[in-house]
Formats: sequence, structure tokens, C-alpha cells
Amino acid sequence: MVENVRELLKAHEGLRREVYLDIENSSFVPAEVVEAMLPYFNQRAYGNPTLTHKPGWEAYEAIMDSAQKMAGYIGCKNLEEVNFTPGETEANNLALLGTTLQMRGKGKKIVISEVEPLSIIHVAEMLTRYGFTVTKIPVDPEGFIKLEKLKEAVDSETVLVSLSAVNHEIGTIQPIKEALKIVKDKNPNTIFHTDASDAYGKTPFKVREIGVDMATISSYKILGPRGIGALYVREGINIERILEGQIGTQKLWPGVENTPLIVGFAKASELAFQNFEENVRHMQRLRDKLINGIFEKITEVRLNGPKGEKRAPDNANISFLRCEGEALTIELSLNGVYVSSGSACTRRLLQPSHVLTAIRRKFEEAHGSILMKVTRYHTEEDIDYVLEVLPKAVERLRGITGTTVVE
Amino acid sequence: MSRAPLPYSQKILELFRNPKNLGKMEDATVSAVAGNPQCGDMITFYLKINDHDIIERASFESYGCAANIATSSIVTEKVRGMKLEDAWKITWKSIAEEVGGLPAVKFHCGILAVGALRRAIRTYYKNKQTTPEWLSKDLTFEEKQALEEEELAKILEKKMKMAEEK
Repeated sequence: MVENVRELLKAHEGLRREVYLDIENSSFVPAEVVEAMLPYFNQRAYGNPTLTHKPGWEAYEAIMDSAQKMAGYIGCKNLEEVNFTPGETEANNLALLGTTLQMRGKGKKIVISEVEPLSIIHVAEMLTRYGFTVTKIPVDPEGFIKLEKLKEAVDSETVLVSLSAVNHEIGTIQPIKEALKIVKDKNPNTIFHTDASDAYGKTPFKVREIGVDMATISSYKILGPRGIGALYVREGINIERILEGQIGTQKLWPGVENTPLIVGFAKASELAFQNFEENVRHMQRLRDKLINGIFEKITEVRLNGPKGEKRAPDNANISFLRCEGEALTIELSLNGVYVSSGSACTRRLLQPSHVLTAIRRKFEEAHGSILMKVTRYHTEEDIDYVLEVLPKAVERLRGITGTTVVE
Repeated sequence: MSRAPLPYSQKILELFRNPKNLGKMEDATVSAVAGNPQCGDMITFYLKINDHDIIERASFESYGCAANIATSSIVTEKVRGMKLEDAWKITWKSIAEEVGGLPAVKFHCGILAVGALRRAIRTYYKNKQTTPEWLSKDLTFEEKQALEEEELAKILEKKMKMAEEK
């Protein structure tokens, strides 16, 4: 099979330009971040931070400095509240499993929403096999959680509520502060977790300002290295570890700390928050240029998620009717534009993205959806190129669809 | 989002970029559809059949992924000039082999292409009101699979509607 992939890669030779917009699934790491990390692989701080020698103390210093810096960006009280994990998936698993283990005997109800990432949904579903009841709060057609349903769902038995601050697929900025108030008014003992991976570095999200008990953040979503994330756990909140082993500087995650990745995560945070407003405006401008350009140049398109200020500055998610999404990702790739789709075409189950079905998109709308995220590194020229390539790609594929699907 | 790695073969990529026998056939003797837009894969097959039950021309339209487009294209190429009896014997496995293998999650694309072909042949004889000896009364594997896929999409759609009403 790898032979096939080599041939696929050969088909990409001679590309005029390349524009990577699949930040949802992985990201490039900017040179500044790579440079910040490099010395930590072999020049300094390569020791175990819990050990009593210079490379170990250097590592300890680097990790604590990174945590302190990040505590500032997250908006929390102290670095003890920042717990590094190997990524968003692990932080979400830790939040859900660690809380339910800690709260055993105090209640059997968990509340999430229909549009959470799979590292929340699948863990919640797993917990139903161990006696927990999971309520999934529905959303409106723009992806906003229905707050009145949240109010109904929370009671004295609810141990945990987990709602994303910004939707990872359609960019809906959720009213997290209001959601939190609703939950705490009904049950002050309920732990409130938010996956803030798509909010951190892109929206003015600060944990103490909002008052959440726990928040997940991810490194690659702000152009840091993959393999590192963090769970903010408010001082006074206790959760159990879900892995056991040698505990080092990270009380909730055993094993040897990956100092270069932690340093890279802190550097990526620094870059995202340095000129924060300017970065956000830049992303918004490119996002709107992309969305408006698509609506001008291509017929039969639908925007998934809200418009303007209620939408994450980086997110564009559009359905192209009569055009199958997976075929479109390949066609775009052959032209140097890298995106992902909510199409079911890679799954035998025939189910497209659960987020798109939750906002009541028809299956054929979900199958033709494309997710794109812009960054501060993208340029007007990049978007011009996408707007040149995309209409041609959609036109060719709609030609293959022909009269098969009639709207 | 689509995450399964899909190491498509060179043949699939080639046919995806330059599909053969593409488009609606205005003078088709018979046409048939397999799949539906809900399941994200839908093929229409057109056959021009002469008085000796030989396929003179075949064409297709496809709302589907690269594997769907490639397998449909190859079926239309293969059946050209073939007796219906021989075309009936084409299996999804032989089609999968001819496109250089399909990733497991894409088997159904090959199945759907052959399912559509068999449906067209069945429809042709139904219209003629004759049944040749070799035409099985029971639905073949490929036809059943196509039907199952369509049914599943309907069930999912119904479930969604019910959830909405709640």
C-alpha cells in the first residue's frame, strides 16, 4: 500500500503553490517554534526534571518556565493548575475519566453536547457501559447549544458537564459563561469542563474570567508541535489520574516529561498571544475573503456554522452540493490545496460528520462539506490561489455527478 | 472528518482524473441507479444494447468518491462489446483487482458499480419480458449489497428525523 502512496505523491510533482488549510487535523510548525525547541533535544535540559543533576534541573526550569508562561495566557492563578498531557485527546480523557473516578458514589450523570469532539463523545459513551447516563444537549442550526435543554438536563445527580468553548468543525463560539452559570445554579457541585482547543489563542478565552473548573488546550491547533496538550484544573478541584507510573513534575500524567514539546507549546502560545488582536483580525479577514469568494464564484453552496463575530476567526466550513467531499479533497490536493471533508466516504457506516448532522444538515450536504482553517501565516495570495483552484475543482466533479443527483 | 488513510492505486488516480465513458447517454436502451446521495455514493449506468443482446456502448455518472468514479469507469470500459450473459458474470472482486486493489473501506464502491450494472441488465430483460436461463431469479451478492446500503441510508435518515421531532 505504501507503494500506492508513493505514486500518489509523485502525481503532486510540479505544484505551482501549496496552501495547507487542514489545521483541524494537524499543523505545520513554524520555524520560530522549531528553533525554540531544538536546543532542548541535545544541547540542554535533556535530563529527567525530577533528578538531581544539571540537565535534570535545566529541564525542571524549562518546564516550570513554560507552565508559568502558559498560565498567563490561559488566564489562571498559578502554574500548578496547568497539567501537560500528550495532547487534546489525552486531556479530554483525563478530564472525563479522572472526574468520574473521583466523584464515584456522588452521582451517575454526565452532560455533553451533540457537537463535542470524538475524544469527549466516545469517552462519554464508554462511561455509559459503566453505569453512567449521558445526556447530549442538542444545538440550533448554527451550532449553538440549547441552554434551556442544558438547564433541564442538570440535576443533583450530575457530576460533570463538558461543553466545547468553540466548535472544532463549524467554529461556533459557545456562550460558555452563561452555560456555566446555568450549571452551577442548578448544582454547584457539578464539575464544569470545556475543551477550549479551538478557543485558545483565537478568541479572548481566559479560564478564571469565565470560571470553568477544567479546560483542555492543544498545541498543534495553535501551530505548536503535535504530541502535547494541557488540562487546566482549577485549584481546589481534585481529579484522579487515569494512568499510573512514575510521577514527575506532572501530578496528573506519569512518565518522563517531553521537555522540547512543552517548550514548543509555550513558544507557540507566546506567538499566538503576542499581537493577539492583530492576529485575530488577520485570520478574520482571510476567513471572510475565503467564504465570500466561494459564495461569489460557486453556486449551490452552504455555510456551516454562524457568520461574523459569533464564528471562530480561523474557521471556514462550506458544503458544496452535488459534489462529493472526499473526491473534492483529492482533486484539491492534486492542485496543492490541502483540506478535509465531513464526508462519510471513508467510513463503512455511511455516517457523515456528527457535527453537521447535529445542525440538521442533510446527508448530501454533509457529504459535500469542506473544512478549512486559516492561520496568521497565510496570505491574501494563498486565499487568491484557493479561490482560483476551488471553483474549477467543484466544476469538474459536478460534471462527473451530472444528472445523478438533482437538487 | 475523513481520517482513514486511503492509499489509492495509480490506476484509480488516473481514472479519477480522466474517467472514461462519462456522462448521460441520451439514446440508452436501459439505465439503472445504485446507491443514493444520503450514503454519499450514487451511480447511474447507461447501456446501449443491440438486437443480439450485446452491449454496444456503456456510460456512467457518479456522485461519489475517487474509488466510486474509478470503478464505474472501468466497468463501462469492460462491458463494451460484451454479451449481456458475459457482462452479468463480472464480479466486484474482479473490478477491484483491475483498479489495482481497493482499500477495505472502499469495497462497497466496487460492489455498487457492479450492482448498478446488474440492475441495468435485469431491467433490460424485465422490459423485454423475457428471462434468459443464466439470469438468476434471486438477487446476487452485489445487488443485495447495493440494496442494503440504500436501506441503511434510509434508516439513518429516519432516525435523524425522529431525533429532530423529539
